[in-house]
Amino acid sequence: MPGSGVIHHPLTRRQILKGGAALGLGSAAALGVRPGWADPWGRTSVYAKGAEEGPEVALAIRREALPIDGQSARPMTINGTSPGPLIRLKEGQEAVLKVTNLLDEPTSIHWHGLILPPGMDGVPGVSFAGIAPGETFTYRFPVRQNGTYWYHSHSGLQEQLGHAGPLIIDAAEREPFRYDREHVLLLTDWTFEDPMSVFRNLKTAEGYYNAKERTVADFFADVREKGFAATAEMRSMWAKMRMSSRDIADVTGSTYSYLLNGHAPQENWTALFKRGERVRLRVINGSAMSYFDVRIPGLKMTVVAADGQPVQPVPVDEFRIAVAETYDVLVAPEDDTAYTIFAESMDRSGYARATLAPREGMSAELPERRAIADRGMEAMGAHGMAGMDHGTMAGMAGERSRMSANGMLAAGTAQPGSRFGQAGIGITPGERRTLVYGDLKAFTPWPDRRAPARELELHLTGNMERYIWSFDGKTFSEMTGPLHFHHGERLRLILINDTMMEHPIHLHGMWMELENGHGELIPRKHTLNVKPGERVSALITADAEGSWAFHCHLLYHMKAGMFRVVQVS
Amino acid sequence: MNTRNVVIGISSAMALLVLPTAQAEDGYAAPADWPPPMVKHHLGMVLIDRLEYALPDEGQEALVWDLQAWFGGDVNRVYLKSEGENVQGDGEDAEFESLELLYSRLIADFWELQGGVGYQGGVFSDDHAERGYGVVGLQGVMPYGIETDVVLRLSDAGDVSASIEGEYDLRLTQRLSLQPRTEIALAGSEVETFGVGEGLNSVRVGMRLGYAVTRRITPYVGAYWEKQVGDTADLSRAGGDATEDRGVVAGVRLLL
Repeated sequence: MPGSGVIHHPLTRRQILKGGAALGLGSAAALGVRPGWADPWGRTSVYAKGAEEGPEVALAIRREALPIDGQSARPMTINGTSPGPLIRLKEGQEAVLKVTNLLDEPTSIHWHGLILPPGMDGVPGVSFAGIAPGETFTYRFPVRQNGTYWYHSHSGLQEQLGHAGPLIIDAAEREPFRYDREHVLLLTDWTFEDPMSVFRNLKTAEGYYNAKERTVADFFADVREKGFAATAEMRSMWAKMRMSSRDIADVTGSTYSYLLNGHAPQENWTALFKRGERVRLRVINGSAMSYFDVRIPGLKMTVVAADGQPVQPVPVDEFRIAVAETYDVLVAPEDDTAYTIFAESMDRSGYARATLAPREGMSAELPERRAIADRGMEAMGAHGMAGMDHGTMAGMAGERSRMSANGMLAAGTAQPGSRFGQAGIGITPGERRTLVYGDLKAFTPWPDRRAPARELELHLTGNMERYIWSFDGKTFSEMTGPLHFHHGERLRLILINDTMMEHPIHLHGMWMELENGHGELIPRKHTLNVKPGERVSALITADAEGSWAFHCHLLYHMKAGMFRVVQVS
Repeated sequence: MNTRNVVIGISSAMALLVLPTAQAEDGYAAPADWPPPMVKHHLGMVLIDRLEYALPDEGQEALVWDLQAWFGGDVNRVYLKSEGENVQGDGEDAEFESLELLYSRLIADFWELQGGVGYQGGVFSDDHAERGYGVVGLQGVMPYGIETDVVLRLSDAGDVSASIEGEYDLRLTQRLSLQPRTEIALAGSEVETFGVGEGLNSVRVGMRLGYAVTRRITPYVGAYWEKQVGDTADLSRAGGDATEDRGVVAGVRLLL
């Protein structure tokens, strides 16, 4: 813990005000001025305001009144805004981030995706004790990477209250692509309900937020389309399992306002560009529970980075961003016209939206909304009811020849049961070019090319009826010990999703190299989306001694028990 | 009255056994003064499944309730369940057909094994015959989504009885749903005081149409048909009561 320190101050109102002033919080901030990173002219603007430039940054966390989606709300703010300001660091710096807790409860900030010493990772109970009310905690760590990341509270359900923000690290050396302007697009989901009552609703009334359950009308519509026998067979399978094929998102647009840079769709936040410019969009999914499908009708997007790490360019029309993932895309608008940035929630219950335009006050047409999809056979994979399609089965025979001497698959090989060619539920294959995990290819091989010495298999498990989420059937409170990684080892983590929901699995402190079949060029990520019934693996170099959090990044799944501690020793 | 005290006593003891469930500890090396990374919460809920006014063809009008409440964690919970009615115009106070305090344990994804004590009799009055009993039950959801509650009771006089309840939700729209339900009562021996005969006692079939105003408030209307059989029917006939009845109900389902 190099140079970390905790300062105690007994809190009086005057001191809070003084402290606020010392931290550079004007009254304008309290009145809800948009954070600097949400400036319409992006980074190149001479008027760029509010972003916190490193290496030394002071952040104050409060709970205060701030309108959201046109209604009065009390989010948690960071330096007066919610979501918080952009923190901009530079690769090679020694970052000094002072976080002052002006709440009446403990808080924390986790720097999502950053490789840093364990004491600086910001998970209460794993990395440190948390930040008590009135305390300032100084995070201090060397910045050894670059790219698009984000930060958020790791205390209780605070993240749901807007306690999150973007974190950008500028590269020390030239990046493998060029751009003229950049915008940060931070997606979040906001509810006016108390996050604890959201959790209670999920725990006590199954499907509480699902306003799109199947009805009798859907049955007859399916009969007309697929015939009675096929419909009856499919419905009876789901009914037998006592599950809903419409369980796409646990918390939906029935309570959420989907926000882009803190703005609701009708507020039409606008990102400006000049004709002919190449614009880098740094897209961050800082939602508590919502996956989004992002597209800009009329513009091709070129994906150049995933989870902050450069990938070989992939031109796409749309990409799905799991909770906690980040993608960097380049767009080159040729026309003097407005484009809609459309981020539709995976369950189609709502969307976040912004406009990419040459001038303020413009807007483009909103694309047609898609209908909620029903989960099909693929979600039952792990339930032993037809899971693997024929393509995968044929693939398996091929895989055997690629096994190494110890009987394990060769490094970089996709696991049988993975579906890296599919974007997932609600995306019609072939409708438009959609990014899939199979597209992600590292620019150059990541440094550790050792084959894994061992495999660690974990099942993603749950009980939808009771809203219990777990690893290997055990919630965090039922666990008796941490997961052990041996210091310095190279291991393969195999994740098998036994549930019917997607889980964005996040490992703190170390990269996960997603084995998507690209051999030496497998991409590395901090968050892996595992689709229902899917089996995916990642290679990990356990080079970070200490205790680290490992969990599902759906906030209420984590809260319900899908959390483990990884100990590297 | 005695029985009730016993019921409360045993139940409180059970509650004490259940509540201090183990706290989260992943066994990693963290200083003792750090908080656990995940705090475990005990939750609870109250479901008044039926609070309805029944208008039977033969019998008397009645206010009927059927409710359950639970408190606890993922696996261990304490339940309070009650069914009862206040027959209108009979000059008697309301009656608990059952008032049960149960310990419940999740034994499979969709099933809870429950056990505890119960009371049948007047609600704070001596208008009705009363008895205490022990209960063992299995509550859960059958394949195809049929909500089920199977209960076996042993009374303080050693009489055994059982009941099976099933409910199914047919969603007509996002808010409108049709719910068929059935209730079957059985007994191991005749207990005349409570109008219980040996063997199959009665079958009740109902259907209600509910409109979810919110997730928590669902007013409904419904109809039911019930028939007593065998020994139980004989007892009713001897008392001059109808052995078959049908009626309509109007009520509300509340989730608190």
